[in-house]
Amino acid sequence: MLTYLARRLAGTIPVLLAVSIFVFGFVHALPGDPARLEAGPEASPADIEAIRHDMGLDGPIWTQYLRWAGNTAQFKLGRSSKTRQPVAEVIGERFFPTLWLTIVSMIWATVLGVGIGVLSGVGRGRWQDKTGMVFAISGVSFPGFWLGLLLIDLFSVRLGWLPTGGYGSWQNFVMPSFTLGLSVAAVMARFTRSAFVEIMAEDYVRTARMKGVPERLVAWKHTLRNALIPVITLTGLQFGFLLGGAVVIETVFSWPGLGRLLIDSVSFRDYPVIQAEIMLFSVEFVLINLAVDVLYAVANPEIRLK
Amino acid sequence: MTVTPNSGLLDVTGLRVAFPGEDGPVTVIHELDLSVAPGETLALVGESGSGKSVTALAVTRLLDFAGGRITAGMVGFTDATGVTLDLTTAPGEVMRRLRGPEIAMVFQEPMTSLNPVLRVGEQIAEAVMLHQGLGQAAAMVEARRLLDRVRIADSARQLRRFPFELSGGMRQRVMIAIALSCRPRLLIADEPTTALDVTVQAQVLRLLRTLQAETGMGMIFITHDMGVVAELADRVAVMRLGRKVEEGSVEQIFAAPQHPYTRTLLAAVPVLGSLSGETLPRAFDNEGVHAQPQDTVVAKGPPVIEIVGLTTRFDVRRNFRLRARVHAVEHVSLSVRPGETLALVGESGCGKSTTGRSIIRLEQPSAGTILLDGEDVTTLDHEREARLRREVQFVFQDPFASLNPRLTVGFSIAEPMLTHRLARGAEAERRVLHLLREVGLTAEYAQRYPHEMSGGQRQRVCIARALASKPRLIIADEAVAALDVSIRAQVVNLLMGLQQRLGLAMLFISHDMAVVERVSHRVAVMYLGQIVEIGPRRAVFTAPAHAYTERLLSAVPVPDPARRNRSMVLDDTEVPSPLRPIDQPPILAPLVQVGPDHFVARHSVGGHY
Repeated sequence: MLTYLARRLAGTIPVLLAVSIFVFGFVHALPGDPARLEAGPEASPADIEAIRHDMGLDGPIWTQYLRWAGNTAQFKLGRSSKTRQPVAEVIGERFFPTLWLTIVSMIWATVLGVGIGVLSGVGRGRWQDKTGMVFAISGVSFPGFWLGLLLIDLFSVRLGWLPTGGYGSWQNFVMPSFTLGLSVAAVMARFTRSAFVEIMAEDYVRTARMKGVPERLVAWKHTLRNALIPVITLTGLQFGFLLGGAVVIETVFSWPGLGRLLIDSVSFRDYPVIQAEIMLFSVEFVLINLAVDVLYAVANPEIRLK
Repeated sequence: MTVTPNSGLLDVTGLRVAFPGEDGPVTVIHELDLSVAPGETLALVGESGSGKSVTALAVTRLLDFAGGRITAGMVGFTDATGVTLDLTTAPGEVMRRLRGPEIAMVFQEPMTSLNPVLRVGEQIAEAVMLHQGLGQAAAMVEARRLLDRVRIADSARQLRRFPFELSGGMRQRVMIAIALSCRPRLLIADEPTTALDVTVQAQVLRLLRTLQAETGMGMIFITHDMGVVAELADRVAVMRLGRKVEEGSVEQIFAAPQHPYTRTLLAAVPVLGSLSGETLPRAFDNEGVHAQPQDTVVAKGPPVIEIVGLTTRFDVRRNFRLRARVHAVEHVSLSVRPGETLALVGESGCGKSTTGRSIIRLEQPSAGTILLDGEDVTTLDHEREARLRREVQFVFQDPFASLNPRLTVGFSIAEPMLTHRLARGAEAERRVLHLLREVGLTAEYAQRYPHEMSGGQRQRVCIARALASKPRLIIADEAVAALDVSIRAQVVNLLMGLQQRLGLAMLFISHDMAVVERVSHRVAVMYLGQIVEIGPRRAVFTAPAHAYTERLLSAVPVPDPARRNRSMVLDDTEVPSPLRPIDQPPILAPLVQVGPDHFVARHSVGGHY
């Protein structure tokens, strides 16, 4: 297991290198002169040249890349062109609210999604299934901002139980995480159901029944563990998407997350922040994929032992 | 509730089973009567679609989970306390308690019948804990005892393994261990050895017979293989299209079958040894027409294909480094003359299919020379490759998977002509119709899609497709293995007829020794990637010179209850793996001549012989 982990970890290095080259090249190709932006509208051509030299932008492109990559690896991400704050700080402030919101949302999503999926799968064709799938269709089609507004109207305006927005105590988490988690739960419910139904038709489930295993155990012991293997992939993907920040939900609940930061920095052409954010998302995805691979190995002995 | 006839174990009367269909329920079992007494073995025989597996599902009521319904009749089951229950009306919970301690079942497919994420020990112990109230530790001890009982060596270690780490034969023995864990009074075995190699099949059959003698359980043995029936049944019920057409003692059924269908079924069964007095192969007798010997070999001139020292290895890499090699084919040399059939026999993993695939480059050989009509086609330039692919054609095992479901049969047959620019337009169409007639189908089949045809018809189409490019050699890789017995005989006869008319050379890859005896002029036996014996069919079959050939031949069940192999000697050897560390190439066995054209490997292979 340890060698498996080490191998997968080593495998992420070339991916990260490729991503960094891509991100660097992408921003480099964008129109606009970072040195001029950095210097401000009043700067003289000489000042701009001096800044260009300071930023290393006058060297050949590969030295520019190495310099940028080296700095990035040490979290020296430069300063935001908008606020002059170090980029690491700007992102750091926004990262944790997004991370916690993602984790709480994914807990909602997994508990509701897998739970409803299994109930639908077990009661295939019966009322549990139909109710579950109505939930799934509504969850996918119901717009998040509208659900968020309805929740605010009920729990904050009418009942006064929860704050309308902002970040701080656990009360702040309830509505945004539920809103965000619900759409993911809906997708997961559908996915879990179909995986479950597929596994229920496997020969080894028939073997379990022939042993006289009660239906409850057939579902939870023999079916679910096998059905969860594809669900792990979906969970990882959804986790990655949510970590990228949820612009709409963050706006509705005035959540200080990465999604809004990205929109702000794009509209201001705040290249250092954009670059750092894209790099961050890529690293997150690579790490999540790694986690998915490891979970796969935990769930499936064939991957672990071969 | 009591049921009138009572054999002491199982009495099925007037059973009718239906499945929901597009236009209302479709009845698949009609008025079936069966009975099994304790200690007795009833063989349920029939071809695909005869309803034998559905009968098993009905008796165990696993039917409830498969969507079917019992619409009439009774299934009387007498349990250990002597109470007779009607299983058609028993509540689900009662059935659940019967499954395991009273009725157990072994399924056809050992590869998929065990849960891949649970350890073997856990899967056996589960049944023990459920029905015998033992704790985890005690159940594990019992599981180990059960593994010993089904002759799995090193049982303590095997308990901790996962199913994918075991061979098919071992998995089936684990399934038997699970089925027998609670000492059931009735065991239903649904084609338990069909997916296994003959030598493994012999092991499993003997094991079942020994265990039955020990426990006195009744057994329903579902099979399509008359050899297996003769080997272990007391009574036989023959089924066809959901109805029982005949029932009787095993001697009666084999000696004096009453129903015409039973007679057809028995006539179609290839019997090993039926050509032991003849040198040339001979097709199956058809509707009283006695087939003529297949005297088609052209002795003069170069062989159609000659391979020398063919070697195919697959590298196993881990962490980008070469860790081991699968020695699938090791230094195989053989040749096939025009009009000759060379059979390549052996068990799964012996390299016979890889040999066939390497010849037409579906696999890349690592070494060796391939001569087509005396011309070296080992290094393929464009022209030689086209020639090789035109003159050597392949017929695969699974006629369902080897035809494109979205193309008409006519197009599939025409495609090789178009690819090789042999014909097009109206000419191609004319030739498609001619080929369809050649394989015994009518012209209207050209417009059909594969799903509108039966397995046998599809295999005929695959043969027509293989003939489309006017090949000189046909490689038939288990081409009749997936077909029902009566269809199998027809397709074998078709291939032999084509050989007579067209002078085809054939490389017939098969594990079925009885069919091989029918079709082949010469036989090559493969074991662990090497040819251990090659020679004229009659010499190899009547005087096998290699111990493995002998073992292979003696493992084949003979469809004659009078010649039943009564030996209870159990053998649990596993075929060693062709996967070897890179620094340990296998020892090559030089072939020594033992008779005219008859060669044998004269030293130990894989530590066994």
